[in-house]
Amino acid sequence: MTSVNETNEPSRRAVLKAGVGGLGAAMLPSMAEPAHAAGPATAPSAVGGGAAGGIGAALKRVEGPLKVRGAATYAFEWPVENPAYLYPLLSTIASGRITAVDAGDALAEPGVIGVLTHMNAPRLAWAEEPEVAVLQSDKVAYHGQIVGAVIADSIETARYAAGLVKLEYATEPVDVDLRADRDDLRKPEHAQGFGQLPGDLMNGSPADTTVGDFAAGMASAVHRVDATYTTPVQHHNPMEPHAAVATWTDDEITLYCGSQGVSTPQELLTRAFGLQPGRLRLISPYVGGAFGSKDFSALWGTVALMGAQLVPGRPVKLAFTRQQMFTLVGHRPASIQRVQLGADAAGKLVAISHDAVQETAKAKQYAEQTVQASRSMYAAPGRRTSTRIALLDVPVPTIMRGPGEATGMFALEPAMDELAVKLGMDPIELRLRNEPETHPETGQPFSSRHLAKCFEEGARRFGWKHRDKKPRARRKDGWLIGTGVAAATYPSPRLPGSTASARLDKNGRYTVRIAAADIGTGTWTTLAQIAAEALGVPLDRVTLQIGDSAYPRASSGGFSSGMNSWGTTIYAAARALHTALDENGGSVPPEGLQVTVGMPDDPKLKQYEFGSYGAQFAEVRVHEDTGEVRVPRLLGVFDVGRVINPVTARSQLLGGMTWGLSMTLHEETAIDHRYGNFVNNDLGGYHFAANADVGSIEVHMLGERDSHINPMGSKGAGEIGIIGTAAAIANAAYDATGIRVRDLPLTLDKLLR
Amino acid sequence: MKPFAYERPVDVSSAVTTVAGRPEASFLAGGTNLVDLMKMEVLTPELLVDVRHLVSRRIETLTGGGLRIGAGVSNNELAADRRIRRRYPVLSQALLAGASYQLRNLATVGGNFLQRTRCPYFRDVTMPCNKREPGTGCAARDGHQRDLAVLGASDSCVATHPSDMAVAMAALDAVVHTVGPSGERSIQVNELYRSPADGPERDTVLERGELITAVELPASPVAATSRYRKVRDRASYAFALVSVAAALEVRDGSVTEVRLALGGVAHKPWRAATAERALLGRPATEANFRAAAEAELAAAQALAGNAFKVPLARNTIVSMLRTLTEEA
Amino acid sequence: MEQKITLRVDGKERTLTIDARTTLLDALRERLGVTSPKKGCDHGQCGACTVMLDGRRVTSCLVLAVANDGAEVVTAAGLAHGDDLHPVQRSFIAEDAFQCGYCTPGQIVSAVAMLREAEEGWPSVVSEDLDADRVVLDREEIAERMSGNLCRCAAYVNIVSAIEKVARS
Repeated sequence: MTSVNETNEPSRRAVLKAGVGGLGAAMLPSMAEPAHAAGPATAPSAVGGGAAGGIGAALKRVEGPLKVRGAATYAFEWPVENPAYLYPLLSTIASGRITAVDAGDALAEPGVIGVLTHMNAPRLAWAEEPEVAVLQSDKVAYHGQIVGAVIADSIETARYAAGLVKLEYATEPVDVDLRADRDDLRKPEHAQGFGQLPGDLMNGSPADTTVGDFAAGMASAVHRVDATYTTPVQHHNPMEPHAAVATWTDDEITLYCGSQGVSTPQELLTRAFGLQPGRLRLISPYVGGAFGSKDFSALWGTVALMGAQLVPGRPVKLAFTRQQMFTLVGHRPASIQRVQLGADAAGKLVAISHDAVQETAKAKQYAEQTVQASRSMYAAPGRRTSTRIALLDVPVPTIMRGPGEATGMFALEPAMDELAVKLGMDPIELRLRNEPETHPETGQPFSSRHLAKCFEEGARRFGWKHRDKKPRARRKDGWLIGTGVAAATYPSPRLPGSTASARLDKNGRYTVRIAAADIGTGTWTTLAQIAAEALGVPLDRVTLQIGDSAYPRASSGGFSSGMNSWGTTIYAAARALHTALDENGGSVPPEGLQVTVGMPDDPKLKQYEFGSYGAQFAEVRVHEDTGEVRVPRLLGVFDVGRVINPVTARSQLLGGMTWGLSMTLHEETAIDHRYGNFVNNDLGGYHFAANADVGSIEVHMLGERDSHINPMGSKGAGEIGIIGTAAAIANAAYDATGIRVRDLPLTLDKLLR
Repeated sequence: MKPFAYERPVDVSSAVTTVAGRPEASFLAGGTNLVDLMKMEVLTPELLVDVRHLVSRRIETLTGGGLRIGAGVSNNELAADRRIRRRYPVLSQALLAGASYQLRNLATVGGNFLQRTRCPYFRDVTMPCNKREPGTGCAARDGHQRDLAVLGASDSCVATHPSDMAVAMAALDAVVHTVGPSGERSIQVNELYRSPADGPERDTVLERGELITAVELPASPVAATSRYRKVRDRASYAFALVSVAAALEVRDGSVTEVRLALGGVAHKPWRAATAERALLGRPATEANFRAAAEAELAAAQALAGNAFKVPLARNTIVSMLRTLTEEA
Repeated sequence: MEQKITLRVDGKERTLTIDARTTLLDALRERLGVTSPKKGCDHGQCGACTVMLDGRRVTSCLVLAVANDGAEVVTAAGLAHGDDLHPVQRSFIAEDAFQCGYCTPGQIVSAVAMLREAEEGWPSVVSEDLDADRVVLDREEIAERMSGNLCRCAAYVNIVSAIEKVARS
């Protein structure tokens, strides 16, 4: 057996064990560091003196001192006694059935506790949902599906023994071929919310829309663009692999689990395992990035809980390997998009169409709103959009930063650039001429839309007016230089189903609880700021508690909905607490005052179109000899409403723009059509931007309050930064070289001459 | 990882004897490639013989002006060495273009020569691969082709060699010193690697148990005017699509000495001898550079997914020679 | 295949018996409870596990613990002295050079080591003068030298700013 000689006391394990149990203690992974025992959101040293700090304050991240030491506790790091380790075993075929399992060698390996396969895994109460259920049948729906798991005393043993499990398969032909000319493309249905919500697409909107007469408009156009753009499969690759630590006892079942929200996975897993509500507690105060990959899928929670069921009372630790993440936590679906634009002689659009074909899994329809931006971006009397999907032997795709618009705007915005070239018109001018007064499809007013101002401000800051009219006009030291621009938009939705509690204690301290999550967006800081503002007290009197399913239920973080949904709910809770205080004659009883309220209905949500906007500018250099592409400068001006925290908001936008750069230059998951596997399934093969790929990035926020959207006046900032970036860069590459690349990524071979 | 034993022998000869006598044993030096591949069970040694403390970590100046580099010198130490930076800048640049600082602190000079290919089918034990498992076939040829070879490949294997350092070493006519079960020997870097046609499972001519102990760089005045240019899919921290190591001397407008090697295009660092012959004694003009590059690449056999490497290699060679001419 | 080794981790001597397969990263995280270095890829492709091993930054996921008996290991946790953060750590907070925080300890160890390397005159592949006596850490140099640490939140611009400020002071 192994032993650890701890020469220094007190050991971290001992200290932390003492802290587990109470709600507060479980939230405080920093207990080993006494100076920060007050918890991240209330550490006075981190909030600049502790006073004020409401909406608009440029506060540093409150959990910063923890994170720079590596002391913020991510899922796999929760200290537990005598853990067992689970290692999943993945299918090596893309379609077929498992015909035989031989776990003999694996079970004979010293240290192996058990082997799970579909033959012996617990039967789930909800076994049909491929993003939640595993090991429920012999069917293999994609390459890299979980087909087994080994539980052992150590990481090394579990992984090695997984390789000793022998599986035999009956294989069926593999079909992973996305083509626009397939005769089995279909219109998506019920893609939203695990099939429980109406609407064809993931966001609840219809697959197809038509307004006016597109064909007639196109026929009457003086200038036309008809072009097809493609985007590949992309993977989120958060730095923290999907991990869980599960402990199953007769009473509580605890799951430390990196997740974009704690309530949704808690509910999914409760349903899957047929548990009493509340028995499963999911804890996730810190998440090492998610970007959509830790929301719909709950597979790592499922398999960790299955392992924990096998060894009751003993914690089971699981972390997917980087390679496993490529098939188990979703991906951005590949797309083929045709955009047609027709304009009159003055550059007024008379017709717009956007037809998207996307891949999805046979196992489950996922269909995103790739064409959404083309429905709202520009005015035109004749317009239509359509969405078709190909059902393939691939893992289930999912939301990934800027789902829908990130890919869709790589079609619409380069097409607008192509139209500007045909018109001989400045591309900003073209966009301004087609700015709609109300939503072009619904006719509803925009709650606020400052796109024109974003362009105006961006053009001034970027120095746009000095741009050469002709492509391939500038070169320096062997590099061709070009500039490009694109518009950005992303909806600012409010997701249903959030609740928050607000409490005032006799000592004057306020506590706000909501089962929200901080995936790196700054929620620990910004929600505390909102709470302080809503309560009308300085920040240092507010304790925020998030990341635990024991707190009032909240929607997941995603779609740039977090602040809108959770902040609005916290405002309602604060109001209710004030009312309760008034009703109590302004005094706090000894046991304190506490209210718990749900997010209020708001008729305005049905009266306006809510969204963020932006103007993206790029300078691109393309090497004359090698075709290498560099992006020395990006500049974005954004209308994200009132800014809750300029520090964290800027970082969100900066991150989004860098994602845009990365998806343009690097990101592509290759699929082998013979085997159906993702070929470049690690960080050496799947490139996303490294530090050296990023040059100067300037971010500006208009800061105009949206008076309709929510009590804060803020719109979403999480997605808008990535929208349009790829188009701005590709448009700049055209300006540099005269070569129009319509297929991402913009790799050097496409520009090599 | 398959369970293995770890040993730390006291001297080189016992290390060599141990590994030579046990087919399942392997030397361990920096470990950056070996441990990586062991995790995926691409390699499954049952015994690791640690030689990091046995091989020299010194760089000695030889009489006549050459350098002898201990095989245990880390990639960063070698890149930072003043003598390398001044007299063999191509080598310093090649090292600095590879991997990351963290990896280069671990990686040794000896181990770098022996890096295995990054071919994704080699690295995936569920796929056919003649290099990993002789006789199973090559899944790469009709698969994802971006990183594959355009020169020197065979039907059985189209993998590329990933080392940047080795490309510079090939251009510099470096010599590898080894100790093996049958004694010491010296091998030209340009003769270290085997053709995949002779069986891709063995990358080099080294015998079982033969250990690289040092590398010798011959004195080379032309090396003072040398450069390494790596073209890749990221600006940093990525393997080469194509790389060029070159040294050039131009007198009175004509090429009087030239060294040229390519990376990312073949199963080995590809010494461009045909191009060198075409350049030597000819005027240092753009047209001649291009003709020399095309002569070298005339034998290229491209696949659909890596065909761009041929014009890319041509353009990069021309660009490099142009730059060196301006500097010379 | 177990062996006993001693490591000095963040100034504290730790002795443990380990499986020869255990990497330095897993020894730290799973055996010693030192979770400051993170596992991002486990193959030297991301840099999240960066620690200083005998004074040099390395990816601890590719280092076998058994081969490093007696080694000195410094993690980001060991760079701070209680509440007294290392200047690089303070600068990361000031410049908001992280979001999710998962790559951050690796970034910080890497940055501290990088500043030392620059002081020693180590060149980079973007150094204009390979043979310069003094390294001038401009943004391009910092970005190249930090490219072995991936950040998916993409805080790179702020990471470079944070390091640049420390390098100048």
